[in-house]
Amino acid sequence: MSLQDQDLTDALAGEVRRAYDSGTPLSLVGGETKPFLGRSVTGRRLPLGEHRGILRYEPTELVLTARAGTPLSQIHGLLASQDQWLPFEPPSFGASATLGGTIACGLSGPARPFTGAARDFVLGVRLLDGRGEVLRFGGEVIKNVAGYDVSRFVTGAQGTLGIFLEISLKVSPRPPTSATLVWEEAPETAVRRLCRLAAEPFPLSAACHDGERLFLRLSGSKAGVQAAANRIGGERLAEPELFWQSVRERTHPFFARPGPLWRLSVPPATQPPVPGAGTPFIDWAGAQRWWKGSIEPAALWEWARSRGGHATLLDAGRSCLQPLEPALLSLHRRLKASFDPKGILNPGRLYDQL
Amino acid sequence: MTHPSLGSFRRVLAARGEQGDRPYGTPGTGGPSCSPREILRRLRGAVPGCPLLSHPEELRPYECDGLTAYRQIPLAVAIPESVAQVQEILRVCRTLRVPVIPRGAGTGLSGGALPNRSGLVLSMTRFRKILAVDPLNRTARVEPGVTNRAISEATSPFGLFYAPDPSSEVACTIGGNIAENAGGLHCLKYGLTVHNVLSVKILTAEGEWLVLGSEAYDAAGFDLLALLIGSEGLLGVVVEATVRLLPRPPLARLIVAAFPSVESASTAVGKLIGEGFAPAGLEMMDNLAIRAAEAFVHAGYPVEAAALLLCEFDGGPEEVDDQIELAEKRLRESGADFLRSSSSEEERLLLWKGRKSAFPAAGRMAPDYYCMDGTIPRRSLPEALLRIARLSEEFRLPVANVFHAGDGNLHPLILYDASHPHELQQAERLGRRILELCVELGGVITGEHGVGVEKLGSMCLQFRAPELAQFHRIKEAFDPDGILNPGKAVPLLHRCAELGAMHVHQGALPFPEIERY
Repeated sequence: MSLQDQDLTDALAGEVRRAYDSGTPLSLVGGETKPFLGRSVTGRRLPLGEHRGILRYEPTELVLTARAGTPLSQIHGLLASQDQWLPFEPPSFGASATLGGTIACGLSGPARPFTGAARDFVLGVRLLDGRGEVLRFGGEVIKNVAGYDVSRFVTGAQGTLGIFLEISLKVSPRPPTSATLVWEEAPETAVRRLCRLAAEPFPLSAACHDGERLFLRLSGSKAGVQAAANRIGGERLAEPELFWQSVRERTHPFFARPGPLWRLSVPPATQPPVPGAGTPFIDWAGAQRWWKGSIEPAALWEWARSRGGHATLLDAGRSCLQPLEPALLSLHRRLKASFDPKGILNPGRLYDQL
Repeated sequence: MTHPSLGSFRRVLAARGEQGDRPYGTPGTGGPSCSPREILRRLRGAVPGCPLLSHPEELRPYECDGLTAYRQIPLAVAIPESVAQVQEILRVCRTLRVPVIPRGAGTGLSGGALPNRSGLVLSMTRFRKILAVDPLNRTARVEPGVTNRAISEATSPFGLFYAPDPSSEVACTIGGNIAENAGGLHCLKYGLTVHNVLSVKILTAEGEWLVLGSEAYDAAGFDLLALLIGSEGLLGVVVEATVRLLPRPPLARLIVAAFPSVESASTAVGKLIGEGFAPAGLEMMDNLAIRAAEAFVHAGYPVEAAALLLCEFDGGPEEVDDQIELAEKRLRESGADFLRSSSSEEERLLLWKGRKSAFPAAGRMAPDYYCMDGTIPRRSLPEALLRIARLSEEFRLPVANVFHAGDGNLHPLILYDASHPHELQQAERLGRRILELCVELGGVITGEHGVGVEKLGSMCLQFRAPELAQFHRIKEAFDPDGILNPGKAVPLLHRCAELGAMHVHQGALPFPEIERY
């Protein structure tokens, strides 16, 4: 694969137009690091990774625009050289992860409850719809309410509404100081403790519980982090970067336990237990929980729904999202048809007939 | 926000004659299928207990929102108090193809709640209950007519607050905030409405009840919440919202810094942001705005300064004091020749007061003013100001500038006198030229006030036909009959084609008898 920056807009638009004319479903492929996040797609492979290159980045504007095939690692590297970062701390799940795939999957890491989600940082996109038409929404400025907020709407749609060509993101200065505190905490009290801490004006940037211990990351000015650490107490964790990386990339030993992985997105104060055996790994200060085990999906969906959230089974080939209410599903289908009338973009990746 | 100073617009519009239905925005219903009398009869029958205003005198208060330049008496105003009533009203209106214009407190600045002559205004002001405050989950579940300020007041005993603080926060409602994706003075740090709402319940035009988002941090499927927020009442009627609350920072301090030139103030802004400062708010005012504000509230601003920066930090005391000290140093290095940092809450509020009074203060300098809302990349600030000054000379109308400097959101205030012939039109043309300039500099036509009816023409500068067509398709997916807020937010394609022709004539408008907005 060529590593050159290149603009393949015309070629990709041509591919989509041909697929539209012939009604051929397309399976969109970036860095191929995240097939397990959705259902498998039957269609002609359309590789997108060579449409790459960082187009604009001015540190004082806090905005970066890059072609969607740009490797995430290249963006991290450039931002780090200016002491900046992507505050939603996206996981990559592999060295070949692209910007487009990351935003298409709407992925956010441990900082999410405190800094915001991937979609919160998307300012504008250029995309190909299912007719092969190039559309531009949003922009490169932080505030923009002209027209519907399509850039954020297509974030997380896993390519079912359009193919990203370019993405503009808001970036931030990297906090000058971070420290991670750790202490023993029983699963029964962990949720309440996390919620209490998150309701205090501490400079928190991550908070999780691994089943036995509670981990709290503070980020900000040196004086602010020091003062908060003194008030909260606990031990300082050695090599915090490695720990948070393992949470973000799902390489923490918890994820190696047997059984399929479930992601439970619930209101943070939701009390355990989850139906079924085993202790979940609690991230996002309570709002994102990982659970390993075999269970009838409907039971977990009902549990999550009744608590105001949703559950996703993440299992290669048979991942599934929480089913949608009929009225909502039908709205999804109308919206899908408005972007992709022949249903050729990653059909079935999220739901059947979508 | 109301603009009493715009009162003389009324005279001008009276001279123009009553405004007709606006044919250029989002396609509408094609008009009701029966007489006004029959519509009222059917509505009264469907929601017997619900106030339904239809006398001209009762309708007058609803003829405009905060953009008083545009006025229209609606067919009727319904003020329901239950979701079931809203559902019934929508059902009747859809059957009879009557346009429905949802309305909150009516403080919007782009005419998003402007009535339709043959339509019903759906006032949501009786929905003002705070249904639940959940301190552990840090959320509040509220009805759409609750004001921003009321949420923060109800949640302050828990040390929490709702962050978006548009200047109308005392009066404006969450429903309207959601429709417009409202921002505020502190959105630099805390984000816009889209960043602070977890879930909304809406009724669609078809009367279907949908929950968008969830009580958690995301929802299964498409991000419909992001699509709804900022959709200006075109996609659904919000009947409930769950908002995110944040811990209230124990301390906030404000620096006021004066600069001898706009360039040096702009450089200072870039420097602060680029060096990793994270102010909660970062505002700029130009000389005319400084003088207006100082004469109005005596906040202690240096009136000779070319530009004033207001830079606020909040958080724990150690962090705030640290940042204030460092920021003062940077501001001095960037050429600030006057610095004052608040050392008490009273002082902080006084220093803010000048900025917060900028609009009414401008209102005292001229009988009328027209507020713009373009956004530009921060680096273009000096150029934008220079060219706005040239435009101001060209049109012979003074412009006072206040901006959210941290995020490049400009609020030029065009001062004029509507009782002078043509000054209103001149002000509108100047405004459109300023928005053109914002787009040319890589920015957008509206940062936080919305498109409404006011910026329909300017939308054609920012979007091409394929994007506008996609917007219309999205509208159709939610509201196939086009009954919700027709004529707003998204221009029809032929409208843009006409405007394109107008640009060839360089601002010399053909067909002056056609209304423009």
